[in-house]
Amino acid sequence: MIRMCDLPRYADADMEEIKKMKEAHEVLNQVTYDPTPLHRGYTDKRLKIDVTDNSVSIIDIPQEVKEKFTGGKGYCLRYLWDATNPDTKWNSPENAITMSAGPIAGITQYGGTGKCLVCTISPMTDIPIDSNVGGYFGPFLKFSGFDVIELTGKAKEDVIIVIDGNKGTISIEKAPLEHKDAHILGEELTAMYAEDENDRKNVAVVCSGSAAEHCNLSMLNFTFYDPKRNVVRLKQAGRGGIGRVFADKHIKALVCHFRGVKANLNDVYDIKIINKDGLKFHREVATQDDKQNSMRKSGTAYSIRTLSDYDILPTHNYKYGGTDKVDEMAPEVWREKWLTQGGADGCWYGCSMACAKTADHFLLKTGPYKGHRVCVDGPEYESAAGLGPNCGITDPQVILELNFYCDTYGIDTISYGTMTAFLMECYENGILNKERTGGLELVWGNAEADLEMLHQMARNEGFGKIAALGAHKQKLYFAEQGWGDPAFLNDIAMEQKGLEYSEYGCKESLAQQGGYGLTNKGPQHDEAWLIFMDQVNNQIPTFEDKAEALYYYPMFRTWFGLLGLCKLPWNDIVPADNSLTDEPAKVPEHVDNYLDLYYGVTGTKIDRDDMIRMSERVYNFQRIFNIRLGKGLRKNDAIPYRSQGPVTEEEYLSRQERYDRQLVDLVGYTREEVEKMTLKEKMAATRRHRESEYEKLIDAVYPKRGWTLNGVPTVAHLKELGMDLPELLEIVEPLQDVQP
Amino acid sequence: MKLNNRPYADWHEGLTIRGVMEHMNFTWPKLVVKVNGQLIWPEDYDKVVLNEDDDLKIHHLLGGG
Repeated sequence: MIRMCDLPRYADADMEEIKKMKEAHEVLNQVTYDPTPLHRGYTDKRLKIDVTDNSVSIIDIPQEVKEKFTGGKGYCLRYLWDATNPDTKWNSPENAITMSAGPIAGITQYGGTGKCLVCTISPMTDIPIDSNVGGYFGPFLKFSGFDVIELTGKAKEDVIIVIDGNKGTISIEKAPLEHKDAHILGEELTAMYAEDENDRKNVAVVCSGSAAEHCNLSMLNFTFYDPKRNVVRLKQAGRGGIGRVFADKHIKALVCHFRGVKANLNDVYDIKIINKDGLKFHREVATQDDKQNSMRKSGTAYSIRTLSDYDILPTHNYKYGGTDKVDEMAPEVWREKWLTQGGADGCWYGCSMACAKTADHFLLKTGPYKGHRVCVDGPEYESAAGLGPNCGITDPQVILELNFYCDTYGIDTISYGTMTAFLMECYENGILNKERTGGLELVWGNAEADLEMLHQMARNEGFGKIAALGAHKQKLYFAEQGWGDPAFLNDIAMEQKGLEYSEYGCKESLAQQGGYGLTNKGPQHDEAWLIFMDQVNNQIPTFEDKAEALYYYPMFRTWFGLLGLCKLPWNDIVPADNSLTDEPAKVPEHVDNYLDLYYGVTGTKIDRDDMIRMSERVYNFQRIFNIRLGKGLRKNDAIPYRSQGPVTEEEYLSRQERYDRQLVDLVGYTREEVEKMTLKEKMAATRRHRESEYEKLIDAVYPKRGWTLNGVPTVAHLKELGMDLPELLEIVEPLQDVQP
Repeated sequence: MKLNNRPYADWHEGLTIRGVMEHMNFTWPKLVVKVNGQLIWPEDYDKVVLNEDDDLKIHHLLGGG
């Protein structure tokens, strides 16, 4: 086992080089301002920076915006809407990147309170994407006087934006010499803007990586400095290509420096409430984590083996739900051999859950940093599953190497894993071959080809250029080239709305098919994770039950993104007596903790219904934002058949007993009829049934959410929510009676 | 016997909750177990013997973000 106390510290950055880089900066604009102190979680200020003309504006946030949008993702979407128009594309200068941490973010008493939300119009989906991320930038931005930052325009050359929350300065600087890859750039800028080693923890950097200039799958890294390791850690706003937009604006990095983090910078209403809940939470982690998920030891990858046991771990492009090689990457393997134990691995101060694990001094075997020993942040479950079994890989060395390079190049591990799994299945089916891939033999488990493709993506070379498109554009391109049957490509490309699926197989959970398909941004599980409730527990058997779950959970989980909270402390640890509650799945005591935290910070009492209403306002706003940009209707919620059922014969045959039984139990055939059916007939009958169930699910969910059967929020529902804003009504009113 | 509202075909004399978990390969750490509506704590999974007409619920609590 690798222990923190035995770990050598990483080497310091070369300060002479840093000095030269700093000297090469040219200040394009610098403004001074008086940082507005927080009051009850808010500054009520918006920072707007346009890198076309280097203008900097500080604007008051109206009370009405605060009441309707709360903060975090709500603010991000509100100001993204205002910056854009129905014709705005991801690379239009007016497309904004908005970031906001939310009113609870920055408290240090409770776990998971440092999240920042990031929104932009995505190069992958052409609609708003939202992504949440740890690291210190979100809280530092608040402490520096801003509830939200909005970046628009396009610079002519690479710039960095530096906010100093202590001095009250904002500068935009040309920055020609810094490296682009995040693990180096993060170190360089942290060292450059810290006054000394002790000050490094007060610098937060947002950057992408060298792939971001040409790769749709690019994300944003958010750093925090880890003083024990002497290394800059990387957390990711991963989904939807935000890094591509950042690079398109020629923003190399965003830096925030703030010294003086302490317990009550939010100037909360009643700190005693927050302290009390915080203590309760930390005690729970201390006594329960080892008995429950072991997040402190394994991080989120604790669940890999179990998900394989339950036929949920995506394997070979979601064909299967598990692998007999799962032991090679089981939680104890990560814990005992790879991940450093005993570190204070929270991605914001005060998080005792500490799930941000690392593999330290990891020796790279390929690529431009071959031979370097580096700190790999992760792998988180999604990265391990997507880069691993979904592509036929179970070797932790390979998974960590892929994870590291994805992070430093600025590529989303989830999209990369799912997209590569799609390409591998294309290769296995002859849709791709060595000639078409430039020699990459993308068969299941070929780590060498996988890594080489990743390096090509970063270099914008060879087949890497096609890989950089993402699965949605790849399938269109392959069809256009006459490579493969378009219907088969549609079935096996695990993307929807242009975004790759996250890493859970959901063939046996209709509710989770909706949990992915009926999302605003595309198939990411952060809105609803219903597989256990549905597939295993059988708690939501009817369409009505599933619709209730697909109403409650997306709204409940949206709330975290409005407030600046991580979801993991809600349900990855539960009170010892949670079993005694009426609805253990909702973890009622933790919900009450969050209501307390909201009251303690803002001074406003809310109940559970208010919480859902707050989310519903923003959720419906985002839905209408999608419609404004030409999506957001029922047809856009269609999902690939691979997520619903067996596409290929070997998939059907691998679970034949189950599928045959379902034809009797669920579809209505007799056993004798099933015995007489050919494989093709059985597969067709299964498909008809499953696709029809998904349509029935939609019929149940939309009205529950206050939408028409075409997926449009009704005027009455918007009025009920107090969201009958003229700009929303203008979009939905003409669609009220339009049938799907 | 029913498991999570579905017929459980592999009931036999002396079957315990632990036996069901092993048979079903239920390896998830956070479970809420009830027999005929009565909560069973983990230390009793080996002790509680199930009857042929019992209504067993083994609910898995989700995790993940």
